[in-house]
Amino acid sequence: MTAVKLSGVVETPHPPDEDLVLDVRDLRMRYGTTDVLHGVDLTARRGEVLALLGPNGAGKTTTIEILEGFRMRSAGEVRVLGVDPGRGDERWRARMGVVLQSWRDHGKWRVRDVLAHLGDFYAPYGTDRIRRPWPVDDLLDSVGLTAQAQKRVHQLSGGQRRRLDVAVGIVGRPELLFLDEPTVGFDPAARREFHELVHRLADLDETTILLTTHDLDEAEKLADRILILAGGRIVADGSPDELARRVAGDAEIRWTRAGERFVHSAADATGFVRDLLHQHGDEVQELEVRRASLEDAYMALVYEEESGVRTGRAARVWQGSDR
Amino acid sequence: MNPTMAAARAGLRRGVIELRNTFTNAQDLWNYFFPTVVLLVTMFFMRGATVPGTSFSLGARTMPSALGMGLAFGGLIGLSQQLIVDREDGTLLRAKATPNGMLGYLIGKIVMLSAVALIGLVLQLTPGLFFLDGLRLTDAGAWLTMAWVVPLGLVATLPLGAVIGSLIENPRNMGLVVLPTFGLIALSGIFYPINDYPGWLQAVAQAFPVYWLGLGMRSALLPDGMATVELGHSWRHLETLGVLGLWAVLGLALAPVVLRRMARRESGSRVTARREKAMQRAM
Repeated sequence: MTAVKLSGVVETPHPPDEDLVLDVRDLRMRYGTTDVLHGVDLTARRGEVLALLGPNGAGKTTTIEILEGFRMRSAGEVRVLGVDPGRGDERWRARMGVVLQSWRDHGKWRVRDVLAHLGDFYAPYGTDRIRRPWPVDDLLDSVGLTAQAQKRVHQLSGGQRRRLDVAVGIVGRPELLFLDEPTVGFDPAARREFHELVHRLADLDETTILLTTHDLDEAEKLADRILILAGGRIVADGSPDELARRVAGDAEIRWTRAGERFVHSAADATGFVRDLLHQHGDEVQELEVRRASLEDAYMALVYEEESGVRTGRAARVWQGSDR
Repeated sequence: MNPTMAAARAGLRRGVIELRNTFTNAQDLWNYFFPTVVLLVTMFFMRGATVPGTSFSLGARTMPSALGMGLAFGGLIGLSQQLIVDREDGTLLRAKATPNGMLGYLIGKIVMLSAVALIGLVLQLTPGLFFLDGLRLTDAGAWLTMAWVVPLGLVATLPLGAVIGSLIENPRNMGLVVLPTFGLIALSGIFYPINDYPGWLQAVAQAFPVYWLGLGMRSALLPDGMATVELGHSWRHLETLGVLGLWAVLGLALAPVVLRRMARRESGSRVTARREKAMQRAM
């Protein structure tokens, strides 16, 4: 989030409509007699980065395709950039970018030609605030493909190809960007550069980003807010930290004393450690406090959704989330 | 600039870039020269043969017919193949995700395929200059006739190709189109006059554009006397215009509807599903 809080200015509880880039209420999707989405609710404000997590088959792709305007929904209220995606026109299309998983297009083209050509379509949609398209040289530099500009697309490595996909996704300087598993096939350096690019887009250009990923570490690094989709509904919605805290109040504390190992779980880890040190002082060695990670939260939530148990930790998240 | 104009211009550039790209790989270059090679081999086997009832070289008669066939083939099969491939690799979805991208895509394809067809025409015609006698290549009238037959042929066949390409999803089913097309070519008097065919077969042949494209090209490149060997002993320009025009109208009316329906169904998961199928085929 880039919102700057000024003292004396009260935050409005409901943001004005133009700030809601995504506004989805009770979205339902049914294929034949199978319900894939049972009432998905989500919102995103300008400049927010959302990560949509969930097991395969949970409905992530269906949700994103409905928002992209590539698939008609069965029911529900959906507004993307203020427009119903089922009726979005080309002007609306020009304001968003889409990066999908399995693109192998334009193989015979040179990298530079693809970006220059696709950018041309956005030129008439530039505004005073947003100049479109993104100049090709800057764009190549931003995604680290300057050296490959004259290469044919089919000669690119998997990671380079993926970076080209991202470049095409942002060539029109989108206000809203969909990224479907953007970093599959990236090496660690490329992944880090990509994360920097996402931060730059969100912070400097106020691009709203909805990304899906299976990499929880990546979600934690990139997202302001994480949504977990399981069994066709959003089972959790909050910052990575909030989710981890809500799911597992208990932290794990490990230490050794007189050569012996101890492990203890406590809801109030700080208090426990204070008592422990007070009681044993210098005898406590190798103290380690491990708070529940996002991965723990994710596993707990998805497990409980899939096994139909709604009583345990997930229920706490459910009630605790500000939905 | 207005967005539609911008997309049309981008489409034009797209066609030029795609055309340029066809000169850079062996497969596309082979596709340019393959018909010429086939034509030369055919000419070789036809050497000495004459059109029945005349002393005119059968090879020289076949040449313009084959040019007409090439146009029909390029329009029908060329565009449908491109659509099928572009749907599988995501090019079409990319166009859909771009503002006015479908318009640019289609204009690009039309420009590229028309240029490829013209280049093919020239490549096949050139050897004819050296090997064949009797073609009216220096006659302005010949070029005038080609100037309406060739564009009309493309307009008659390209939209049909778009319809076919939209209806076929699996590249393997391309055979469903290619085989009947070959049958049609055999019927259409490309390699031999069809005067001796039973009337109903002649009627079938004359219902499709291939026959008329062959006839139109013969009317352009052969001496007027050769018209006597045709059905009705005439070049039948008016009928050519009529039948090709009808196909053009039919194609132009159908293509946008079918294309739109096909494009509406495109999404990331469909591209992924097709890719997985393609990988299974490859294994």
